[in-house]
Amino acid sequence: MALWRPDPTFYPSPREAVNAAPETLAYIAAFDRSAERPDAIAVVDVDPASTSYGSVVGWTDLPHTGDELHHFGWNACSSALCPNAPHPHVERRYLIVPGLRSSRVYVIDVKDDPVKPSIVKVIEPDELAKRAGYSRPHTVHCGPDALYVSALGGANGADGPGGIALLDHTSFEVLGRWEADRGPQHLAYDFWWHITQDVMVTSEWGTPSMIEDGVNAELLLGRKYGHALHFWDLRKRRHVQTVDLGDEHQMVLELRPAHDPTKTYGFAGVVVSVEDLSASVWVWYREDDEFKARKVITIPAEPAGPGDLPPVIAPFGAVPPLVTDIDLSVDDRYLYVSCWGTGELKRYDVSDPFNPVEAGSVRIGGITRRTPHPAAPDLPLAGGPQMVEVSRDGRRVYVTNSLYGAWDDQFYPDGVGAWAAKLDSGADFTFDERFFPHGDDFRGLRPHQTRLQGGDASSDSYCYP
Amino acid sequence: MTVNDGSLVALVALGAFHGLNPGMGWLFAVARGLQERSRAPVLQSLPAIAAGHAASVFVVAAVVTLTGSVLTSRIVAIGGGVLLVGFGLWRLLSSRHFRWVGMRLTLWQLAGWSFLMSSAHGAGLMLLPVLTHGAVTVPGHSHGMASGAGSAVMAAVFVTGVHTLAMFVVAGTIAVLVYEVVGLAILRRAWFNLDRVWAAALIGAGAATLLITA
Repeated sequence: MALWRPDPTFYPSPREAVNAAPETLAYIAAFDRSAERPDAIAVVDVDPASTSYGSVVGWTDLPHTGDELHHFGWNACSSALCPNAPHPHVERRYLIVPGLRSSRVYVIDVKDDPVKPSIVKVIEPDELAKRAGYSRPHTVHCGPDALYVSALGGANGADGPGGIALLDHTSFEVLGRWEADRGPQHLAYDFWWHITQDVMVTSEWGTPSMIEDGVNAELLLGRKYGHALHFWDLRKRRHVQTVDLGDEHQMVLELRPAHDPTKTYGFAGVVVSVEDLSASVWVWYREDDEFKARKVITIPAEPAGPGDLPPVIAPFGAVPPLVTDIDLSVDDRYLYVSCWGTGELKRYDVSDPFNPVEAGSVRIGGITRRTPHPAAPDLPLAGGPQMVEVSRDGRRVYVTNSLYGAWDDQFYPDGVGAWAAKLDSGADFTFDERFFPHGDDFRGLRPHQTRLQGGDASSDSYCYP
Repeated sequence: MTVNDGSLVALVALGAFHGLNPGMGWLFAVARGLQERSRAPVLQSLPAIAAGHAASVFVVAAVVTLTGSVLTSRIVAIGGGVLLVGFGLWRLLSSRHFRWVGMRLTLWQLAGWSFLMSSAHGAGLMLLPVLTHGAVTVPGHSHGMASGAGSAVMAAVFVTGVHTLAMFVVAGTIAVLVYEVVGLAILRRAWFNLDRVWAAALIGAGAATLLITA
């Protein structure tokens, strides 16, 4: 039902969004690696004044098994205020939740009972394949005209090309394939945009066969995983430019453009360099009408004895940091960088995006370190900080520990476990010792992306500075 | 043609109403100014937006006035009234919204956007009661077809001009005020769902047309 005034969670500009009230609930996608039990959305109480603060207070089980929930997004966000296609009286109430392995997409209503959301629609893989020619849906962003969903695979799991499908804002039906001309683009993963500049940016991971059975050393050393950024005309749906970061930089994953719509830069994380196992963060920018990218952060591998390493990296004698997620605060000041391999979450001051300055770091988990959480100092933790989500005001940062089923098993063969943690981000950058849902709290499921009630740093696009 | 005071007021009021709606363009003008951090794009955008709106309204006005001879005016009024009520109901009940991707438009493209936006929302249709009753009487007996058509076009131009001027003044005033003084935070508080009011206005205009005709 349409509202009389704009949804209060919509903000015209990032400047105003940072004044949003703190979230009280977080939604975490959680999946069963064995595919025997249904995946679920876990609802976590994040209201510090609540007695159940820091615990899972609700579950929504999916009707199927083997979906492998991963990333998800909202049906509507601040882009509804954009002047070219305004529709500000819709509600932010549905989570659009793709199953990365099953290719199903769930629409989940969080309004009627926010701690027990209900499934209102299931888009079957067949519909995604027939209408858009895609499978393995991943990132969801709310656009001005439709919902945009990236997908790694071609129809019915075909090995590409991956791309972007459009979903209707209200009926959630698959409208079709977004690309009018994809040019040389074949690999897909994440996408986002400079919405007021009609620029789309997409990144590259791999096709279904390259990822679903784990990282393939032959492909990795053969430099076959994605290593480029693609820039598109958002309006004409045409590929404009490829920026190759160099084929040693394998797996270009998360894209975090500046929230300020007058700025034309953003950050991209690269998982690993096959030359020295380092990870890197790149900034893209436009100069003389061309997009360029520059490496601005390099995080080196940490030496380790082969006996301490899982088989997948034992020959290298070092732990790669594996930057698998990055997140940019709404005020564009701090960039958070997950090092899932070494078990570190770094905070950089990126006020000058070309010269990031490290402004804090915490350790938790890690392939060899197994750093415990301060709330349970005797409990060594597997997995590392992986998906990062930042509150709109920038003061709270949430992390979960699972990367992707098959890859978890390779890098943490004795079990990746399950945990979530929260950092307080102010002058200091420290763990909140009251917030540590872990182990059985997740019922044996592995937690992946977190979405915060009302929106977060990676959910909304703004049309006004 | 003759224009009575009541229909002139209605034309201006509807123009002001269309100008007030952020979706009809003033917000786009403000956004273009904010993106470039300059007032000039705000001021340059407004005439383009008004031109697109005017074109959309003129199409309806011309069709109605040209077909509105003594013989057909009743049919046009009744048919138009029914169409309008139906369109208004659809606008009220449908949750579909205007789809457009792209923010970097030339002024010509912006005028085109405004034309489509106004047309999709039935801006011109809302003037139907004024067009069929208040503003337009083309005597069928005194002159030939040519002069009849000529005065009908003049009537359409007049209606479009008055309406668009009111729209332009209101939209322009709001755009400059919001850009210079108020700021966009106002959107969160004051952007009322004009689409519903708009749909109600369409239905009302259709009903009024039918009532006056009957």
